[in-house]
Amino acid sequence: MIGPELAASAPWWAWPLALFIACFFLGIIAVPAGVGGGVLFVPIIASFFPFHLDFVRGAGLLVALSGALSAGPRLLEGGLANLRLALPFALVSSVSSIGGAMLGLVLPVPVVQTALGILILAIVALMASSKDSLVPKVGEPDALSRALQLSGIYRDGKTGEEISWHAHRTPLGLVLFFFIGIIAGMFGLGAGWANVPALNLVMGVPLKVAAGTSSFIISPAAAFVYLNEGGLLPMIAAPSVIGMMLGARVGGYVLHVVSASAIRKLVLALMLFAGLRALAKGLGIWN
Amino acid sequence: MELNDAFAPQRRYARWLRWSTRVATILLVAACVVYVSGLIPPHVPIARLPELWGLTASKFLVAEGLRPGWSWAGQLPQGDMLVLAAIATLISASILCLAAIAPIFLRRGERLFVAMCILQIAVLLVAASGWISR
Repeated sequence: MIGPELAASAPWWAWPLALFIACFFLGIIAVPAGVGGGVLFVPIIASFFPFHLDFVRGAGLLVALSGALSAGPRLLEGGLANLRLALPFALVSSVSSIGGAMLGLVLPVPVVQTALGILILAIVALMASSKDSLVPKVGEPDALSRALQLSGIYRDGKTGEEISWHAHRTPLGLVLFFFIGIIAGMFGLGAGWANVPALNLVMGVPLKVAAGTSSFIISPAAAFVYLNEGGLLPMIAAPSVIGMMLGARVGGYVLHVVSASAIRKLVLALMLFAGLRALAKGLGIWN
Repeated sequence: MELNDAFAPQRRYARWLRWSTRVATILLVAACVVYVSGLIPPHVPIARLPELWGLTASKFLVAEGLRPGWSWAGQLPQGDMLVLAAIATLISASILCLAAIAPIFLRRGERLFVAMCILQIAVLLVAASGWISR
């Protein structure tokens, strides 16, 4: 947070305007970096804006959700998202995200802030070291995967090749998505950062299908909890969502002209700084 | 024909999602303009926000005489509550989409997926209802 004196002396419109501009830029870099908006939004806005963490997490969930909703139709129609695959995991993570949201709202702020800092640093480590597998080699599908027919065919846009896939380790996936839901609800992060590796590396779903399907596992259940508990402040939520949506549109064009790996490094550096800041704030070292 | 098409639920979901998200986004932008312009006065005066946005969500509700749950809807059509109504519309979009695809699964005899759609709708409605408020 910026110093309390500066925060108090600024006119009311200065912070929402700064928030809108910040979200616009976060939206621009989120697309080429291949991360959802929520995972950037929460640590950065919580660290540098005078808003309570409750409102930042509520807006973070909305940011993640609105990005997923607006990209959803194209992903479904293009076969890069698989609804059959999303439904069981969305159900599990919906239930657990409600618990996560309620837990986040009752825990003391320094505890949540410290945990947020640790989580963001862990996500940075995961993103920096993760070796995604474009089309993983998968063994036989498990019984649950067969019963739910968690399989499909998608056409690779670049090569035109039709790739057939099926999921395995479905029970382990359900357990993982239960915990992902808790974390997503508690910190308002969305969950693409965890959904994609869980689907791709654990369940053997091709990377593109995992990334597309991930949007449909982000549940609105936790956002309803924040709405009911007063955690959605219109002056924070609206500029965040609109700024991020506009920025994401520009980000789609930026993707063609700027090196995605350079943007990804920038995002990792930003998240590393925001994670350290959240940790220091939670531990009372840097307020 | 829809019964034999493996992607029918997916396509219908996409169609409903596209329209519901478009409507909700337009509502959100319109409500935001009304709120910020002061066309309809808000429940919480905008100039007071800097005193309030540093409070916890529960203290904010107390300060503004609101209760957890849907008490904000009772303050409609005040400007800030219009924004909340638009947000509620946006986050309800997937409920409509799930309700739209459940009959396709039912006609195809895919009972597991019908049950999942119904359960997911039930979970979202419980979360939306505020029954599990603190």
